[in-house]
Amino acid sequence: MSNSIFQHKQTAHCESGVISNLLGHQGLQISEPMAFGIGAGIFFGHLPFVKVNGVPGTTYRIWPGAIFQRVCKRLGVKMESEKFSTPEKGMLALDKAVAAGIPVGLQSSVYYLPYFPPSYRFHFNAHNLVVYGKQENQYLVSDPVMDTVTTIDPESLSQARFAKGFPAPKGKMYYPVHVPAKVSLEKPIQEGIAQACHFMLKVPLPMFGVKGIRFLAKRVANYATNPGDRKATLYLGNIIRMQEEIGTGGAGFRFLYAAFLQEASVVLKNDQLSKLAGELTQTGDLWRNFAFAAGRVCKSRSASDVSYKELSEMLMTCAASEEAFFRKLAQVKF
Amino acid sequence: MKKEEVPQDSDNLHEGTFKQIMYAVDNSGNYVQVQSAGWEPENIALDQAWEEVNEKVKAARARVAAGEISPVAYYMEKNLMDLALLANYVGKFQWQVKRHMKPGVFKKLSPKMLQRYADAFKVSVTELVQVK
Repeated sequence: MSNSIFQHKQTAHCESGVISNLLGHQGLQISEPMAFGIGAGIFFGHLPFVKVNGVPGTTYRIWPGAIFQRVCKRLGVKMESEKFSTPEKGMLALDKAVAAGIPVGLQSSVYYLPYFPPSYRFHFNAHNLVVYGKQENQYLVSDPVMDTVTTIDPESLSQARFAKGFPAPKGKMYYPVHVPAKVSLEKPIQEGIAQACHFMLKVPLPMFGVKGIRFLAKRVANYATNPGDRKATLYLGNIIRMQEEIGTGGAGFRFLYAAFLQEASVVLKNDQLSKLAGELTQTGDLWRNFAFAAGRVCKSRSASDVSYKELSEMLMTCAASEEAFFRKLAQVKF
Repeated sequence: MKKEEVPQDSDNLHEGTFKQIMYAVDNSGNYVQVQSAGWEPENIALDQAWEEVNEKVKAARARVAAGEISPVAYYMEKNLMDLALLANYVGKFQWQVKRHMKPGVFKKLSPKMLQRYADAFKVSVTELVQVK
């Protein structure tokens, strides 16, 4: 265990950022894109039946916690992870860890984090942050999506850690107990890429992967009649937010994954990967064009059938581009 | 996205202080981290989500004043909760919380139950009972 001061690095996404920061503290330097890629974080899913505040869910990433598990498994990192039955027990365990000088990762709700701008505080329970100390009854926080370190009062932190709803964090606290002194990244990278291709191309359900993008495209085409104008703009707004809000790196994690491929091509000395990174950058730009067009529809508040059809076609183009990209990525020989 | 194209559409929603990280390519084609002050489509979407919330809160406040619903319904909207989440916080079934949204039922709630709602909404019992 090292007792050096915790190095805060701002990252695009909370989960891969916490992994990168926590492991870096233990001497294992691994960048955020690398963590995201090894954890096969890139994904797509559209779930019209799972509604959050009456709006269907869309995701551009794998489910929360998955990146973490995969990175630890592939790099041979052992994590201690605990959940608690009561806030008292959870805060006591945190105090103990902090007193022992161990920076810990915490799952929390965004709604109860006072250091976020109020406009971002929705009931989102799968945020990750690091607590690395306590001073004058304030916890020292390294939140990976924040510019600098910050502090939080015990009451707010307790509320954030024990927020109710789905997924309930139940005070989840985790920290590495064993980090290998030397890791080889070759195999973890290859496994991560293979898994990402599998999830994007081969999940046999219409809502996920490249199929999921087409599924969404077909629904968007009919947004004018179902769910109708007013709700449709809310639905579109949610798609944009999932794609562009803090923690996505823009373009729904596509640029983040491209950055990973670029890094991977250096590690594996494979030029094909860096070429593919360039292709994914273009796909990311297609997503941005879509967000821009969708934003305009949101702003105008009412849209003709034609504009929904156009948005739908843009999504189809994204789908085609991603399919071509992942098929090539799956073929890369290492 | 090129480094120079990283959007800097600042917006009062970000309160000018909050900058997020984006990955973009520099002139030699390498990915680098760049701070972004926000992007217009995201600002629109976020604005819109809050407008929706504010409208619901306003409507609920009017209905409380008209005696149609109890403050529980108003504070639920104000705290961006839905029925399931609120029920979870106060440890009741959804149908029970729904009943508590009737002004007549709300009036007869025990001090203990009122306290539980007040805790869930982070307000005092006095504030809970008297919606401003």
